[in-house]
Amino acid sequence: MENKLIISLSPHIHNGDSVEKNMYGVLIALVPAFIVSLIYFGLGALVVTVTSVIACLFFEWAIGKYIMRRENSTIYDGSAAITGVLLSFNLPSNLPVWIIILGALFAIGVSKMSFGGLGNNPFNPALAGRVFLLLSFPVQMTTWPKIGQLTSYIDAETAATPLSIMKGVIKGAPGYSLDQLPDAFNLFIGNNGGCLGEVSAAALLIGLIYMLMKRIITWHIPGSILITVTVFSGIMYLVNPQIYVSPVTQLLSGGLMLGAIFMATDYVTSPMTNKGMLIYGTCIGLLTVIIRLFGAYPEGMSFAILIMNAFTPLINTYCKPKRFGEVAKKK
Amino acid sequence: MLKTFSIGGIHPHENKLSAHQPILTAAIPEKAVILLGQHIGAPAKPVVVKGDVVKVGTKIAEANGFVSAAIHSSVSGKVTKIDAIVDASGYAKPAIFIDVEGDEWEETINRTTALVSDCNLTAEEIVKKIAEAGIVGLGGACFPTQVKLCPPPAFKAECLVINAVECEPYLTADHQLMLEHAEEIMVGVCILMKAVKVNKAFIGIENNKQDAIQLMTKVASRYAGINVVPLKVKYPQGGEKQLIDAIISRQVGSGALPISTGAVVQNVGTAFAVYEAVQKNKPLLERVITVTGKSLAKPSNFLARIGTPMKQLIEACGGLPEDTGKIIGGGPMMGKALVNTDVPTVKGSSGILIMTNKESKRGEVRNCIRCSKCVSVCPMGLEPYLLGALAENVDFERMEKEKIMDCIECGSCQFTCPTNRPLLDYCRLGKSKVGTMIRARQAK
Repeated sequence: MENKLIISLSPHIHNGDSVEKNMYGVLIALVPAFIVSLIYFGLGALVVTVTSVIACLFFEWAIGKYIMRRENSTIYDGSAAITGVLLSFNLPSNLPVWIIILGALFAIGVSKMSFGGLGNNPFNPALAGRVFLLLSFPVQMTTWPKIGQLTSYIDAETAATPLSIMKGVIKGAPGYSLDQLPDAFNLFIGNNGGCLGEVSAAALLIGLIYMLMKRIITWHIPGSILITVTVFSGIMYLVNPQIYVSPVTQLLSGGLMLGAIFMATDYVTSPMTNKGMLIYGTCIGLLTVIIRLFGAYPEGMSFAILIMNAFTPLINTYCKPKRFGEVAKKK
Repeated sequence: MLKTFSIGGIHPHENKLSAHQPILTAAIPEKAVILLGQHIGAPAKPVVVKGDVVKVGTKIAEANGFVSAAIHSSVSGKVTKIDAIVDASGYAKPAIFIDVEGDEWEETINRTTALVSDCNLTAEEIVKKIAEAGIVGLGGACFPTQVKLCPPPAFKAECLVINAVECEPYLTADHQLMLEHAEEIMVGVCILMKAVKVNKAFIGIENNKQDAIQLMTKVASRYAGINVVPLKVKYPQGGEKQLIDAIISRQVGSGALPISTGAVVQNVGTAFAVYEAVQKNKPLLERVITVTGKSLAKPSNFLARIGTPMKQLIEACGGLPEDTGKIIGGGPMMGKALVNTDVPTVKGSSGILIMTNKESKRGEVRNCIRCSKCVSVCPMGLEPYLLGALAENVDFERMEKEKIMDCIECGSCQFTCPTNRPLLDYCRLGKSKVGTMIRARQAK
């Protein structure tokens, strides 16, 4: 008995938290948005999501086993599945399978595993995959199917999304007017065109509440993004309501909610301190609105997050937590 | 809103299995082993030799320097040898071995249970008596009490803070002591107030000990200047700096002494020991110790003589369970894993925790996923993930800049880490290396 005692340093207990608990928690939080995507995009949403998840898991497994020669596969930790779901949520529901697989390969292979796997990637893998596809296949990536075609996939009819309408109005392109936009309620529940997972702000907010309750993430990043977008786009709306939409429409359209809640909050690529998270979120909000209003692309969320991912190490270096006793409190 | 400290903190499962178990007097051991180094500072110098006959309360070793403490025999009998024994640290340390014969006490010790509440001694006399009795901080750090009661002349004590938080999971010794000896503790607190010349004392008790809060508040109302402060349950509230922050909202600066905030912190068990020493002439020779664990038949609180082998206390709780994986001296957050059960109890032994094999193993270590949970729980506002990475990269200069020496080794970071990274191990390594660097610089 005596010589079998385990000797280790304190602490001798652990709260039982694990990578899996956090990752599967995020996956659960993504379920409402997935259900809404099935309601609006039907078969297309199912095919794209399943393809993306399977491809991401396959590349995680294959690269881990044959290139990195890891003994234990990391596919069960849930991170590759999240990348798969988030990548698919950022794609139109009529995207061909082979393009999705290429996106998954870039997301997992290039932007995650080549840096050493989970924890070492500087950029959000799903977003890197999406931007890779956006730059490589601009046509397929910017034609979104009309909602409600539940049984069609690649053959679905396409239509303009709220964001492309907004951009058209700003650019003064013929045939666009702000009257064509769905109202706030339809934007909120997801009754509008777009990437398959981003359409319903309501479903994404349910996911946010779940993650906050489970303490998977804190409010700092989504909160600062949403507040910044509201304030900045509100100012622009007051400046010129003829061409700029109201902050409510900005918040509820495009990938803003998906990005603010699920993409920007990615553990690995976001800052470590609350102060850092607030700076990071504020900058993402600013960049997103700048790109949406003044840039070439209708949507700026992905670029804004990737740009701020690059600044995360710098933010970590300069934003230190408040040390105990740093400012002696006066009674 | 209950008071608590301002930065970080965790709330582990409390697991107070032995709560409300009355304090049982443990049997006197057949052989007592009394370590010479039971406190922070120089080990005590033996004043007995092999063959000497000692009584309960006989001084067997004297303080060896300013920061040191006297040690008294906890049993009566014959000194058989002064030799090394493996203590809780895992290293062999010198100790006095006594073969017990009977239970004969020094005549000066008042062994009655009657409350002696009047104390007419001066502050200096009290401090002298405390030093004579070999009292050290009983919260676990074992800092000699008389040193803490005599702050450097540059500082002035403004209030006394009594640590009755017992924030470590499992431990219930202080809780039970308060329930059974509230009056004695109050007298002890009054004596300590007199010793540091303050007229205010705060007793911090966590809110999970409602009965103790009620009883202590009731008793304290009869004493001038003593306030009981209920605190939110949060670990590591029993840390000296955290407790001062929680109770008087002042933070000890980096590298500064806690007295710089005007607070003198003493453990509730120490207050009881001070009462016994000053009012009853009883040196520190026994203490309340929790013996607990999920697999243990009867988790209990014992009043045990110092120098009792831990084995004996575990036997009294129903014996060591078959599936024991780890035996911890102290609580699960900051206690030390013992190498065997022959380790004798010391002044600082607050508990013995038996963990099953399954509970004892650490999880598989993986890459840091930068979830920032360690940063949010660190009560000192440090970045454990960064300190861990720096230690891995052997960059101790940078660790010093990142305030590694502020780490209080509470273990909140490692407790929280979803990738099971040994963050506190890295921090300890860093503290030891940086400490050596600082001393080398000062020596130049």
